[in-house]
Amino acid sequence: MFKKLHDDGAERVTVTIDGREARVPAGETVAAAALIHGLQPFRTSAVSGAPRAPYCMMGVCFDCLVEIDGTPNRQACQVRVAEGMAIRRQDGAGETAP
Amino acid sequence: MTARHELAVIGAGPAGLAAAATAAELGLKVALFDDQPAPGGQIYRGVERTPLADPAVLGDDYRRGADLAEAFRASGAAYHPSCGVWLLTPERELGLLDNGQARFVTAGRVIIAGGAMERPVPFPGWTLPGVMTAGAGQILLKSAGMVPGKGVVLAGTGPLLLLLAAQYLRAGVQIAALLDMTPPSNALRALPHLPAALSAFGTLAKGLALKREIHRAGVRVVKGVTSLRALGEARLEAVAYEAGGREQRLDSELLLVHFGVIPESNTTRSLGIRHLWDSRQLCWRPVADAWGNTGAEGFAVAGDGAGIGGALAAEYAGRLAALEAARALGRIDAAERDRSAAPVRAALAKERRVRPFLDVLFQPAPELISQLADDTVVCRCEEVTAGQIREAVGQGCTGPNQLKSFTRCGMGPCQGRQCGTTVSQLIGHTLGRPVEEIGAYRIRPPLKPIGLTQLAALDGEGEAAA
Ligand SMILES: Cc1cc2nc3c(=O)[nH]c(=O)nc-3n(C[C@H](O)[C@H](O)[C@H](O)COP(=O)(O)OP(=O)(O)OC[C@H]3O[C@@H](n4cnc5c(N)ncnc54)[C@H](O)[C@@H]3O)c2cc1C
Ligand code: FES
Repeated sequence: MFKKLHDDGAERVTVTIDGREARVPAGETVAAAALIHGLQPFRTSAVSGAPRAPYCMMGVCFDCLVEIDGTPNRQACQVRVAEGMAIRRQDGAGETAP
Repeated sequence: MTARHELAVIGAGPAGLAAAATAAELGLKVALFDDQPAPGGQIYRGVERTPLADPAVLGDDYRRGADLAEAFRASGAAYHPSCGVWLLTPERELGLLDNGQARFVTAGRVIIAGGAMERPVPFPGWTLPGVMTAGAGQILLKSAGMVPGKGVVLAGTGPLLLLLAAQYLRAGVQIAALLDMTPPSNALRALPHLPAALSAFGTLAKGLALKREIHRAGVRVVKGVTSLRALGEARLEAVAYEAGGREQRLDSELLLVHFGVIPESNTTRSLGIRHLWDSRQLCWRPVADAWGNTGAEGFAVAGDGAGIGGALAAEYAGRLAALEAARALGRIDAAERDRSAAPVRAALAKERRVRPFLDVLFQPAPELISQLADDTVVCRCEEVTAGQIREAVGQGCTGPNQLKSFTRCGMGPCQGRQCGTTVSQLIGHTLGRPVEEIGAYRIRPPLKPIGLTQLAALDGEGEAAA
Protein backbone atom coordinates (compact mmCIF):
# COMPACT_ATOMS: atom_id res chain seq x y z
CA MET A 1 0.00 0.00 0.00
CA PHE A 2 2.83 2.39 0.93
CA LYS A 3 6.53 2.57 0.16
CA LYS A 4 9.43 4.70 1.37
CA LEU A 5 10.45 7.51 -0.95
CA HIS A 6 14.08 6.82 -0.16
CA ASP A 7 16.23 5.45 2.62
CA ASP A 8 16.43 8.36 5.06
CA GLY A 9 19.55 6.94 6.65
CA ALA A 10 17.90 7.24 10.06
CA GLU A 11 19.09 5.16 12.98
CA ARG A 12 17.17 1.85 13.19
CA VAL A 13 15.61 -0.15 15.97
CA THR A 14 14.47 -3.76 15.89
CA VAL A 15 10.84 -4.53 16.65
CA THR A 16 8.64 -7.54 16.07
CA ILE A 17 5.40 -7.20 14.13
CA ASP A 18 3.14 -10.18 14.77
CA GLY A 19 6.25 -12.12 15.71
CA ARG A 20 8.33 -11.19 12.66
CA GLU A 21 11.43 -9.09 13.20
CA ALA A 22 11.69 -5.76 11.41
CA ARG A 23 14.32 -3.01 11.38
CA VAL A 24 12.53 0.31 11.42
CA PRO A 25 13.62 3.96 11.70
CA ALA A 26 13.86 5.16 15.32
CA GLY A 27 11.28 7.83 16.06
CA GLU A 28 8.75 6.54 13.55
CA THR A 29 5.23 5.76 14.68
CA VAL A 30 4.20 2.15 15.21
CA ALA A 31 1.47 2.69 12.58
CA ALA A 32 3.93 3.86 9.91
CA ALA A 33 6.26 0.96 10.64
CA ALA A 34 3.47 -1.62 10.63
CA LEU A 35 1.96 -0.25 7.40
CA ILE A 36 5.29 -0.55 5.59
CA HIS A 37 5.82 -4.05 6.96
CA GLY A 38 2.38 -5.20 5.85
CA LEU A 39 0.44 -5.65 9.10
CA GLN A 40 -3.02 -6.16 7.61
CA PRO A 41 -5.45 -5.64 9.23
CA PHE A 42 -4.26 -3.91 12.42
CA ARG A 43 -7.22 -5.17 14.38
CA THR A 44 -10.70 -6.56 14.12
CA SER A 45 -13.61 -4.45 15.32
CA ALA A 46 -15.13 -5.01 18.73
CA VAL A 47 -18.71 -5.44 17.54
CA SER A 48 -18.68 -7.39 14.26
CA GLY A 49 -15.08 -8.51 13.97
CA ALA A 50 -14.58 -6.49 10.77
CA PRO A 51 -11.00 -5.80 9.66
CA ARG A 52 -9.63 -2.34 10.51
CA ALA A 53 -6.45 -0.38 9.88
CA PRO A 54 -5.27 3.21 10.41
CA TYR A 55 -7.68 5.79 9.01
CA CYS A 56 -6.69 9.25 10.31
CA MET A 57 -3.06 8.88 11.50
CA MET A 58 -3.67 11.81 13.88
CA GLY A 59 -5.18 10.11 16.88
CA VAL A 60 -8.90 10.75 16.38
CA CYS A 61 -10.33 7.54 14.87
CA PHE A 62 -8.90 4.76 17.09
CA ASP A 63 -8.91 2.27 14.24
CA CYS A 64 -5.16 1.71 14.60
CA LEU A 65 -5.45 0.03 18.00
CA VAL A 66 -2.91 -2.76 18.44
CA GLU A 67 -1.29 -4.69 21.24
CA ILE A 68 2.12 -3.29 22.20
CA ASP A 69 4.34 -5.23 24.59
CA GLY A 70 1.31 -7.12 25.84
CA THR A 71 -0.87 -4.05 26.42
CA PRO A 72 -3.95 -3.91 24.15
CA ASN A 73 -5.70 -0.80 22.84
CA ARG A 74 -2.57 1.24 22.15
CA GLN A 75 -2.96 3.84 19.39
CA ALA A 76 -0.35 2.80 16.84
CA CYS A 77 -0.35 6.21 15.16
CA GLN A 78 0.52 7.95 18.44
CA VAL A 79 3.15 5.58 19.83
CA ARG A 80 6.79 5.64 18.65
CA VAL A 81 8.72 2.46 17.99
CA ALA A 82 11.36 1.43 20.52
CA GLU A 83 14.08 -1.19 20.54
CA GLY A 84 12.65 -4.63 21.25
CA MET A 85 9.03 -3.54 21.03
CA ALA A 86 6.54 -6.34 20.33
CA ILE A 87 3.67 -5.16 18.13
CA ARG A 88 0.68 -7.45 17.63
CA ARG A 89 -2.62 -7.40 15.80
CA GLN A 90 -5.54 -6.98 18.17
CA ASP A 91 -8.70 -9.05 18.10
CA GLY A 92 -11.94 -7.32 19.04
CA ALA A 93 -12.01 -5.20 22.19
CA GLY A 94 -8.57 -6.51 23.11
CA GLU A 95 -9.30 -7.76 26.60
CA THR A 96 -6.27 -9.69 27.78
CA ALA A 97 -6.52 -12.71 29.98
CA PRO A 98 -6.01 -11.72 33.65
CA MET B 1 4.20 19.45 44.62
CA THR B 2 2.16 20.04 41.50
CA ALA B 3 4.08 22.36 39.16
CA ARG B 4 2.43 25.71 38.52
CA HIS B 5 2.83 27.74 35.34
CA GLU B 6 1.66 31.26 34.67
CA LEU B 7 0.49 30.29 31.20
CA ALA B 8 -0.09 26.84 29.77
CA VAL B 9 -0.37 26.50 26.00
CA ILE B 10 -1.82 23.31 24.51
CA GLY B 11 -0.62 22.52 20.99
CA ALA B 12 2.55 23.25 19.01
CA GLY B 13 0.97 24.18 15.68
CA PRO B 14 1.21 27.72 14.32
CA ALA B 15 -1.31 29.02 16.89
CA GLY B 16 0.39 27.47 19.92
CA LEU B 17 3.95 28.24 18.79
CA ALA B 18 3.10 31.90 18.14
CA ALA B 19 1.17 32.19 21.41
CA ALA B 20 3.92 30.65 23.52
CA ALA B 21 6.72 32.66 21.90
CA THR B 22 4.81 35.95 22.14
CA ALA B 23 3.89 35.38 25.79
CA ALA B 24 7.42 34.31 26.76
CA GLU B 25 8.87 37.38 25.08
CA LEU B 26 6.53 39.47 27.25
CA GLY B 27 8.05 37.86 30.32
CA LEU B 28 5.42 35.25 31.15
CA LYS B 29 6.47 31.86 32.49
CA VAL B 30 5.07 29.70 29.74
CA ALA B 31 4.84 25.94 29.36
CA LEU B 32 3.72 24.45 26.06
CA PHE B 33 2.33 20.90 25.96
CA ASP B 34 1.97 19.02 22.71
CA ASP B 35 1.32 15.37 22.07
CA GLN B 36 3.64 15.26 19.06
CA PRO B 37 7.39 14.61 19.49
CA ALA B 38 8.37 17.79 17.61
CA PRO B 39 6.92 21.25 16.99
CA GLY B 40 4.84 22.11 13.92
CA GLY B 41 1.27 20.93 14.43
CA GLN B 42 -0.52 19.62 11.35
CA ILE B 43 0.67 21.97 8.65
CA TYR B 44 4.31 22.18 9.73
CA ARG B 45 4.57 18.61 11.04
CA GLY B 46 8.18 17.45 11.21
CA VAL B 47 9.38 20.88 10.07
CA GLU B 48 12.60 20.80 12.10
CA ARG B 49 13.70 17.41 10.82
CA THR B 50 11.80 16.23 7.80
CA PRO B 51 12.74 12.76 6.56
CA LEU B 52 12.34 14.02 2.99
CA ALA B 53 15.52 14.37 0.92
CA ASP B 54 13.81 17.21 -0.92
CA PRO B 55 11.60 19.28 1.41
CA ALA B 56 10.51 21.36 -1.62
CA VAL B 57 8.00 18.55 -2.19
CA LEU B 58 5.95 20.06 0.62
CA GLY B 59 5.84 23.58 -0.87
CA ASP B 60 6.90 27.07 0.14
CA ASP B 61 4.44 27.54 2.99
CA TYR B 62 6.14 24.75 4.89
CA ARG B 63 9.21 26.93 5.38
CA ARG B 64 7.35 29.56 7.35
CA GLY B 65 6.92 26.88 9.98
CA ALA B 66 10.69 26.56 10.42
CA ASP B 67 10.86 30.26 11.36
CA LEU B 68 8.00 29.86 13.81
CA ALA B 69 9.61 26.86 15.46
CA GLU B 70 12.94 28.68 15.69
CA ALA B 71 11.37 31.77 17.31
CA PHE B 72 9.57 29.51 19.75
CA ARG B 73 12.76 27.63 20.65
CA ALA B 74 14.55 30.95 21.28
CA SER B 75 11.72 32.48 23.31
CA GLY B 76 12.40 30.78 26.63
CA ALA B 77 9.01 29.06 26.77
CA ALA B 78 9.31 25.61 28.34
CA TYR B 79 8.55 22.92 25.76
CA HIS B 80 7.00 19.56 26.65
CA PRO B 81 6.79 17.35 23.56
CA SER B 82 5.13 13.93 23.54
CA CYS B 83 2.94 15.28 26.29
CA GLY B 84 -0.81 14.95 25.79
CA VAL B 85 -3.38 16.80 27.85
CA TRP B 86 -6.11 14.34 28.89
CA LEU B 87 -7.86 16.39 31.56
CA LEU B 88 -8.77 20.05 31.98
CA THR B 89 -10.63 21.30 35.05
CA PRO B 90 -12.36 24.67 35.51
CA GLU B 91 -9.70 25.37 38.19
CA ARG B 92 -7.12 25.17 35.40
CA GLU B 93 -5.62 21.93 36.50
CA LEU B 94 -4.16 19.97 33.58
CA GLY B 95 -3.83 16.22 33.55
CA LEU B 96 -0.85 15.28 31.40
CA LEU B 97 0.45 12.10 29.91
CA ASP B 98 4.08 13.15 29.67
CA ASN B 99 6.05 10.56 27.69
CA GLY B 100 3.79 7.88 29.06
CA GLN B 101 3.81 9.14 32.67
CA ALA B 102 0.71 10.72 34.17
CA ARG B 103 1.19 13.96 36.07
CA PHE B 104 -0.70 17.15 36.88
CA VAL B 105 0.14 20.83 36.58
CA THR B 106 -1.85 24.00 37.23
CA ALA B 107 -1.82 27.25 35.31
CA GLY B 108 -2.87 30.84 35.81
CA ARG B 109 -4.22 30.90 32.28
CA VAL B 110 -4.57 28.37 29.51
CA ILE B 111 -4.53 28.86 25.75
CA ILE B 112 -6.04 25.88 23.94
CA ALA B 113 -4.51 25.63 20.45
CA GLY B 114 -5.36 22.00 19.68
CA GLY B 115 -6.17 22.57 16.02
CA ALA B 116 -8.50 20.81 13.65
CA MET B 117 -9.24 17.34 12.37
CA GLU B 118 -10.56 16.21 9.02
CA ARG B 119 -14.31 16.16 8.67
CA PRO B 120 -15.43 12.54 8.98
CA VAL B 121 -17.96 11.77 6.22
CA PRO B 122 -19.40 8.25 6.24
CA PHE B 123 -19.83 6.35 2.98
CA PRO B 124 -20.22 2.65 2.21
CA GLY B 125 -16.97 0.85 2.91
CA TRP B 126 -15.21 3.74 4.67
CA THR B 127 -14.09 1.44 7.49
CA LEU B 128 -12.17 -0.92 5.16
CA PRO B 129 -8.39 -1.15 5.52
CA GLY B 130 -6.98 0.78 2.56
CA VAL B 131 -9.39 3.67 3.02
CA MET B 132 -7.67 6.54 4.80
CA THR B 133 -7.91 10.30 4.91
CA ALA B 134 -5.82 12.62 2.75
CA GLY B 135 -4.44 14.05 5.99
CA ALA B 136 -3.29 10.57 6.98
CA GLY B 137 -1.48 10.27 3.65
CA GLN B 138 0.12 13.65 4.22
CA ILE B 139 1.21 12.76 7.76
CA LEU B 140 2.91 9.61 6.44
CA LEU B 141 4.66 11.75 3.82
CA LYS B 142 5.77 14.49 6.23
CA SER B 143 6.82 12.35 9.17
CA ALA B 144 7.89 9.03 7.63
CA GLY B 145 8.71 9.84 4.01
CA MET B 146 6.07 7.33 2.92
CA VAL B 147 4.02 7.50 -0.28
CA PRO B 148 1.41 5.25 -1.94
CA GLY B 149 2.90 2.31 -3.79
CA LYS B 150 0.75 2.45 -6.87
CA GLY B 151 -2.55 3.69 -8.20
CA VAL B 152 -3.80 5.76 -5.30
CA VAL B 153 -7.27 7.25 -5.71
CA LEU B 154 -7.96 10.63 -4.12
CA ALA B 155 -11.58 11.63 -3.50
CA GLY B 156 -13.58 14.41 -1.89
CA THR B 157 -13.28 18.16 -1.79
CA GLY B 158 -11.13 20.90 -0.30
CA PRO B 159 -7.77 22.63 -0.69
CA LEU B 160 -5.94 19.95 1.27
CA LEU B 161 -6.92 17.33 -1.31
CA LEU B 162 -5.39 19.44 -4.08
CA LEU B 163 -2.32 20.18 -1.97
CA LEU B 164 -1.74 16.49 -1.29
CA ALA B 165 -2.14 15.67 -4.99
CA ALA B 166 0.51 18.28 -5.84
CA GLN B 167 2.84 17.07 -3.09
CA TYR B 168 2.51 13.49 -4.35
CA LEU B 169 3.20 14.56 -7.94
CA ARG B 170 6.34 16.42 -6.87
CA ALA B 171 7.45 13.24 -5.09
CA GLY B 172 6.89 11.23 -8.29
CA VAL B 173 3.80 9.38 -7.09
CA GLN B 174 1.42 8.11 -9.75
CA ILE B 175 -2.19 9.13 -9.01
CA ALA B 176 -4.81 6.85 -10.60
CA ALA B 177 -7.59 9.44 -10.33
CA LEU B 178 -8.73 12.47 -8.43
CA LEU B 179 -12.47 12.18 -7.83
CA ASP B 180 -13.76 15.70 -7.29
CA MET B 181 -16.89 15.59 -5.14
CA THR B 182 -17.29 19.37 -4.93
CA PRO B 183 -20.91 20.13 -5.86
CA PRO B 184 -20.83 21.96 -9.22
CA SER B 185 -23.29 24.55 -7.86
CA ASN B 186 -20.82 25.69 -5.20
CA ALA B 187 -18.94 27.97 -7.59
CA LEU B 188 -22.00 30.07 -8.28
CA ARG B 189 -22.94 30.23 -4.60
CA ALA B 190 -19.39 31.27 -3.71
CA LEU B 191 -19.27 34.04 -6.30
CA PRO B 192 -20.77 36.80 -4.11
CA HIS B 193 -17.89 36.20 -1.65
CA LEU B 194 -15.23 36.55 -4.32
CA PRO B 195 -14.69 40.34 -4.17
CA ALA B 196 -13.86 40.20 -0.44
CA ALA B 197 -11.61 37.20 -1.07
CA LEU B 198 -9.57 39.07 -3.67
CA SER B 199 -7.82 40.97 -0.89
CA ALA B 200 -6.13 37.67 -0.04
CA PHE B 201 -5.01 37.30 -3.62
CA GLY B 202 -2.00 35.20 -2.65
CA THR B 203 -4.12 32.42 -1.18
CA LEU B 204 -6.33 32.27 -4.27
CA ALA B 205 -3.35 32.34 -6.61
CA LYS B 206 -1.79 29.41 -4.73
CA GLY B 207 -5.00 27.42 -5.12
CA LEU B 208 -5.09 28.05 -8.86
CA ALA B 209 -1.42 27.14 -9.16
CA LEU B 210 -2.13 23.79 -7.46
CA LYS B 211 -4.94 23.08 -9.93
CA ARG B 212 -2.66 23.92 -12.87
CA GLU B 213 0.09 21.72 -11.48
CA ILE B 214 -2.31 18.76 -11.23
CA HIS B 215 -3.73 19.43 -14.68
CA ARG B 216 -0.30 19.72 -16.31
CA ALA B 217 0.79 16.42 -14.78
CA GLY B 218 -2.05 14.79 -16.70
CA VAL B 219 -3.81 13.40 -13.63
CA ARG B 220 -7.24 12.03 -14.46
CA VAL B 221 -9.58 14.46 -12.67
CA VAL B 222 -13.24 13.41 -12.58
CA LYS B 223 -15.67 16.20 -11.76
CA GLY B 224 -19.14 16.00 -10.22
CA VAL B 225 -18.52 12.69 -8.48
CA THR B 226 -21.28 11.31 -6.21
CA SER B 227 -22.14 7.98 -4.53
CA LEU B 228 -18.59 7.13 -3.51
CA ARG B 229 -18.21 3.53 -2.34
CA ALA B 230 -15.23 1.51 -1.16
CA LEU B 231 -15.47 -2.14 -2.18
CA GLY B 232 -13.67 -5.16 -0.78
CA GLU B 233 -13.83 -7.89 1.85
CA ALA B 234 -10.68 -7.96 3.95
CA ARG B 235 -9.37 -4.74 2.44
CA LEU B 236 -10.03 -2.19 -0.27
CA GLU B 237 -10.14 -3.70 -3.74
CA ALA B 238 -11.98 -1.12 -5.78
CA VAL B 239 -13.55 2.32 -5.65
CA ALA B 240 -17.02 2.80 -7.17
CA TYR B 241 -18.73 6.11 -7.89
CA GLU B 242 -21.14 7.92 -10.15
CA ALA B 243 -20.17 10.68 -12.55
CA GLY B 244 -22.03 12.15 -15.49
CA GLY B 245 -24.96 9.84 -14.73
CA ARG B 246 -22.82 6.75 -15.15
CA GLU B 247 -21.64 4.15 -12.69
CA GLN B 248 -17.84 3.82 -12.65
CA ARG B 249 -15.33 1.54 -10.99
CA LEU B 250 -11.59 1.72 -10.41
CA ASP B 251 -9.46 -1.07 -8.99
CA SER B 252 -7.27 0.27 -6.21
CA GLU B 253 -5.74 -0.73 -2.91
CA LEU B 254 -5.59 2.78 -1.47
CA LEU B 255 -8.30 5.45 -1.35
CA LEU B 256 -7.55 8.74 0.39
CA VAL B 257 -10.60 10.87 1.16
CA HIS B 258 -10.98 14.44 2.32
CA PHE B 259 -13.98 16.67 3.02
CA GLY B 260 -12.38 19.70 4.63
CA VAL B 261 -11.33 20.25 8.23
CA ILE B 262 -13.35 21.05 11.36
CA PRO B 263 -12.29 22.10 14.87
CA GLU B 264 -11.41 19.21 17.16
CA SER B 265 -13.93 20.25 19.80
CA ASN B 266 -13.71 17.48 22.39
CA THR B 267 -11.12 19.45 24.38
CA THR B 268 -13.14 22.67 24.55
CA ARG B 269 -16.37 20.75 25.02
CA SER B 270 -15.02 18.87 28.03
CA LEU B 271 -14.88 22.22 29.86
CA GLY B 272 -18.54 22.89 29.19
CA ILE B 273 -17.66 25.83 26.92
CA ARG B 274 -20.62 26.79 24.74
CA HIS B 275 -20.31 25.79 21.08
CA LEU B 276 -22.28 27.14 18.18
CA TRP B 277 -23.06 25.53 14.86
CA ASP B 278 -21.27 27.30 12.03
CA SER B 279 -23.70 26.89 9.14
CA ARG B 280 -21.12 27.94 6.53
CA GLN B 281 -18.28 25.72 7.72
CA LEU B 282 -20.79 23.04 8.75
CA CYS B 283 -19.20 22.33 12.11
CA TRP B 284 -19.31 23.22 15.80
CA ARG B 285 -16.94 25.80 17.17
CA PRO B 286 -16.39 27.20 20.66
CA VAL B 287 -17.87 30.61 21.39
CA ALA B 288 -15.04 33.10 22.05
CA ASP B 289 -14.44 36.85 22.00
CA ALA B 290 -11.95 38.69 19.77
CA TRP B 291 -9.05 37.69 22.08
CA GLY B 292 -10.07 34.05 22.15
CA ASN B 293 -11.50 34.25 25.69
CA THR B 294 -14.15 31.60 26.29
CA GLY B 295 -16.88 31.27 28.88
CA ALA B 296 -14.53 29.12 30.99
CA GLU B 297 -12.62 31.48 33.28
CA GLY B 298 -8.97 31.83 32.24
CA PHE B 299 -9.31 29.61 29.15
CA ALA B 300 -8.76 31.05 25.67
CA VAL B 301 -8.84 29.31 22.31
CA ALA B 302 -6.69 30.08 19.26
CA GLY B 303 -6.19 28.62 15.82
CA ASP B 304 -8.23 26.14 13.84
CA GLY B 305 -9.62 24.63 17.03
CA ALA B 306 -11.58 27.87 17.43
CA GLY B 307 -12.96 27.87 13.88
CA ILE B 308 -11.22 27.10 10.60
CA GLY B 309 -9.07 29.98 9.36
CA GLY B 310 -5.87 28.33 8.14
CA ALA B 311 -2.27 28.45 9.28
CA LEU B 312 -1.66 32.21 9.04
CA ALA B 313 -4.88 33.09 10.83
CA ALA B 314 -3.93 30.54 13.50
CA GLU B 315 -0.58 32.24 14.02
CA TYR B 316 -2.18 35.69 14.39
CA ALA B 317 -4.89 34.42 16.74
CA GLY B 318 -2.16 32.82 18.87
CA ARG B 319 -0.40 36.18 19.20
CA LEU B 320 -3.63 37.93 20.19
CA ALA B 321 -4.43 35.33 22.85
CA ALA B 322 -0.90 35.73 24.23
CA LEU B 323 -1.22 39.53 24.45
CA GLU B 324 -4.50 39.12 26.32
CA ALA B 325 -2.89 36.59 28.67
CA ALA B 326 -0.09 39.09 29.40
CA ARG B 327 -2.71 41.72 30.20
CA ALA B 328 -4.77 39.41 32.39
CA LEU B 329 -1.65 38.37 34.31
CA GLY B 330 -0.61 41.99 34.84
CA ARG B 331 2.46 42.14 32.56
CA ILE B 332 1.09 44.80 30.25
CA ASP B 333 -1.90 47.13 30.48
CA ALA B 334 -4.86 47.16 28.15
CA ALA B 335 -3.46 50.11 26.19
CA GLU B 336 -0.20 48.32 25.44
CA ARG B 337 -2.06 45.14 24.58
CA ASP B 338 -4.22 47.02 22.10
CA ARG B 339 -1.25 48.83 20.58
CA SER B 340 0.65 45.59 20.02
CA ALA B 341 -2.49 43.86 18.80
CA ALA B 342 -3.45 46.41 16.15
CA PRO B 343 -1.18 45.22 13.31
CA VAL B 344 -1.87 41.57 14.15
CA ARG B 345 -5.60 42.17 14.13
CA ALA B 346 -5.35 43.88 10.75
CA ALA B 347 -3.41 40.96 9.30
CA LEU B 348 -5.92 38.51 10.78
CA ALA B 349 -8.87 40.40 9.34
CA LYS B 350 -7.25 40.37 5.91
CA GLU B 351 -6.57 36.64 6.15
CA ARG B 352 -10.15 35.95 7.20
CA ARG B 353 -11.69 37.78 4.25
CA VAL B 354 -10.90 34.84 1.99
CA ARG B 355 -12.70 32.31 4.20
CA PRO B 356 -16.36 32.80 3.20
CA PHE B 357 -15.40 32.25 -0.44
CA LEU B 358 -13.35 29.12 0.31
CA ASP B 359 -15.90 27.78 2.79
CA VAL B 360 -18.71 27.91 0.25
CA LEU B 361 -16.58 26.87 -2.72
CA PHE B 362 -15.52 23.65 -0.98
CA GLN B 363 -18.66 22.99 1.07
CA PRO B 364 -19.36 19.26 1.03
CA ALA B 365 -22.70 18.31 -0.54
CA PRO B 366 -25.52 18.27 2.05
CA GLU B 367 -26.71 14.98 0.53
CA LEU B 368 -23.58 13.27 1.85
CA ILE B 369 -25.32 13.36 5.23
CA SER B 370 -29.02 13.73 4.44
CA GLN B 371 -29.04 10.91 1.87
CA LEU B 372 -26.78 8.53 3.81
CA ALA B 373 -27.81 4.97 2.95
CA ASP B 374 -29.45 3.21 5.90
CA ASP B 375 -26.84 0.46 6.00
CA THR B 376 -23.83 2.81 6.09
CA VAL B 377 -21.88 2.75 9.34
CA VAL B 378 -21.82 6.20 10.99
CA CYS B 379 -20.20 5.33 14.33
CA ARG B 380 -17.04 3.44 13.42
CA CYS B 381 -16.41 2.27 16.98
CA GLU B 382 -19.83 0.83 17.90
CA GLU B 383 -20.77 0.16 14.26
CA VAL B 384 -24.06 2.02 14.43
CA THR B 385 -25.62 2.67 11.01
CA ALA B 386 -27.50 5.66 9.64
CA GLY B 387 -30.62 3.47 9.58
CA GLN B 388 -30.32 2.68 13.28
CA ILE B 389 -29.96 6.38 14.06
CA ARG B 390 -33.04 7.25 11.98
CA GLU B 391 -34.93 4.44 13.69
CA ALA B 392 -33.97 5.76 17.14
CA VAL B 393 -35.18 9.21 16.12
CA GLY B 394 -38.44 7.59 14.97
CA GLN B 395 -38.79 6.08 18.42
CA GLY B 396 -38.52 9.47 20.09
CA CYS B 397 -34.79 10.10 20.42
CA THR B 398 -34.26 13.87 20.04
CA GLY B 399 -30.55 14.39 20.59
CA PRO B 400 -27.03 12.94 20.45
CA ASN B 401 -26.77 12.22 24.18
CA GLN B 402 -30.05 10.33 24.20
CA LEU B 403 -28.89 8.46 21.11
CA LYS B 404 -26.10 6.94 23.20
CA SER B 405 -28.58 5.08 25.38
CA PHE B 406 -30.69 4.10 22.36
CA THR B 407 -27.81 2.72 20.28
CA ARG B 408 -24.38 3.11 22.00
CA CYS B 409 -23.52 5.49 19.14
CA GLY B 410 -20.58 7.69 20.19
CA MET B 411 -19.65 5.53 23.19
CA GLY B 412 -16.57 3.83 21.76
CA PRO B 413 -12.89 4.71 22.14
CA CYS B 414 -12.94 7.72 19.78
CA GLN B 415 -15.50 9.38 22.08
CA GLY B 416 -17.68 10.57 19.25
CA ARG B 417 -14.93 12.39 17.36
CA GLN B 418 -15.73 10.45 14.19
CA CYS B 419 -19.53 10.38 14.39
CA GLY B 420 -20.43 13.48 16.44
CA THR B 421 -20.84 16.01 13.65
CA THR B 422 -22.67 13.55 11.40
CA VAL B 423 -25.01 12.51 14.21
CA SER B 424 -26.03 16.09 15.03
CA GLN B 425 -26.68 16.79 11.34
CA LEU B 426 -28.50 13.52 10.71
CA ILE B 427 -30.82 13.91 13.70
CA GLY B 428 -31.48 17.52 12.65
CA HIS B 429 -32.27 16.48 9.11
CA THR B 430 -34.51 13.60 10.19
CA LEU B 431 -36.48 15.83 12.56
CA GLY B 432 -36.45 18.80 10.18
CA ARG B 433 -34.85 20.99 12.83
CA PRO B 434 -31.70 23.18 12.82
CA VAL B 435 -28.51 21.45 13.98
CA GLU B 436 -27.99 24.19 16.58
CA GLU B 437 -31.13 23.00 18.40
CA ILE B 438 -30.09 19.36 18.26
CA GLY B 439 -26.86 19.95 20.18
CA ALA B 440 -23.84 17.68 20.45
CA TYR B 441 -22.36 14.95 22.63
CA ARG B 442 -21.35 15.91 26.15
CA ILE B 443 -17.65 15.09 26.54
CA ARG B 444 -16.14 13.75 29.72
CA PRO B 445 -12.46 13.22 30.48
CA PRO B 446 -10.15 11.49 29.91
CA LEU B 447 -9.72 13.18 26.52
CA LYS B 448 -7.11 10.61 25.61
CA PRO B 449 -6.94 7.00 26.70
CA ILE B 450 -5.01 6.70 29.91
CA GLY B 451 -4.18 3.33 31.44
CA LEU B 452 -4.79 2.31 35.02
CA THR B 453 -1.09 1.65 35.44
CA GLN B 454 -0.32 5.21 34.37
CA LEU B 455 -2.82 6.58 36.88
CA ALA B 456 -1.49 4.30 39.58
CA ALA B 457 1.94 5.84 39.06
CA LEU B 458 0.65 9.11 40.54
CA ASP B 459 1.58 9.69 44.14
CA GLY B 460 -0.60 11.49 46.70
CA GLU B 461 0.69 14.94 45.76
CA GLY B 462 -0.45 14.54 42.18
CA GLU B 463 3.09 14.39 40.86
CA ALA B 464 4.27 11.40 38.87
CA ALA B 465 6.40 9.00 40.86
CA ALA B 466 10.00 9.23 39.73
C1 LIG C 1 -4.35 16.15 9.04
C2 LIG C 1 -4.31 17.61 8.69
C3 LIG C 1 -3.37 18.08 7.77
C4 LIG C 1 -3.31 19.44 7.44
N1 LIG C 1 -2.38 19.86 6.53
C5 LIG C 1 -2.35 21.17 6.16
C6 LIG C 1 -1.42 21.66 5.21
O1 LIG C 1 -0.60 20.91 4.68
N2 LIG C 1 -1.46 22.98 4.86
C7 LIG C 1 -2.36 23.83 5.44
O2 LIG C 1 -2.37 25.02 5.12
N3 LIG C 1 -3.23 23.40 6.35
C8 LIG C 1 -3.26 22.10 6.72
N4 LIG C 1 -4.18 21.67 7.65
C9 LIG C 1 -5.11 22.65 8.26
C10 LIG C 1 -4.56 23.05 9.63
O3 LIG C 1 -5.65 22.92 10.53
C11 LIG C 1 -4.02 24.47 9.69
O4 LIG C 1 -3.35 24.89 8.55
C12 LIG C 1 -3.04 24.68 10.86
O5 LIG C 1 -2.20 23.56 11.05
C13 LIG C 1 -3.80 25.03 12.08
O6 LIG C 1 -2.90 25.40 13.09
P1 LIG C 1 -3.24 25.24 14.62
O7 LIG C 1 -2.07 25.79 15.37
O8 LIG C 1 -4.57 25.81 14.90
O9 LIG C 1 -3.39 23.67 14.89
P2 LIG C 1 -2.45 22.43 14.52
O10 LIG C 1 -1.43 22.77 13.53
O11 LIG C 1 -3.40 21.34 14.22
O12 LIG C 1 -1.71 22.10 15.88
C14 LIG C 1 -2.36 21.60 17.01
C15 LIG C 1 -1.40 20.79 17.84
O13 LIG C 1 -1.99 20.52 19.10
C16 LIG C 1 -1.78 19.18 19.43
N5 LIG C 1 -2.85 18.78 20.36
C17 LIG C 1 -4.18 18.75 20.12
N6 LIG C 1 -4.85 18.35 21.22
C18 LIG C 1 -3.91 18.14 22.18
C19 LIG C 1 -3.97 17.70 23.53
N7 LIG C 1 -5.14 17.41 24.13
N8 LIG C 1 -2.81 17.56 24.21
C20 LIG C 1 -1.62 17.86 23.62
N9 LIG C 1 -1.51 18.28 22.34
C21 LIG C 1 -2.64 18.41 21.64
C22 LIG C 1 -1.80 18.46 18.11
O14 LIG C 1 -1.15 17.22 18.15
C23 LIG C 1 -1.05 19.45 17.23
O15 LIG C 1 0.33 19.24 17.29
C24 LIG C 1 -4.23 20.33 8.03
C25 LIG C 1 -5.17 19.86 8.96
C26 LIG C 1 -5.21 18.52 9.29
C27 LIG C 1 -6.23 18.05 10.29
S1 FES D 1 -5.10 6.06 12.80
FE1 FES D 1 -6.74 7.16 13.65
S2 FES D 1 -6.27 7.09 15.75
FE2 FES D 1 -4.56 6.14 14.86
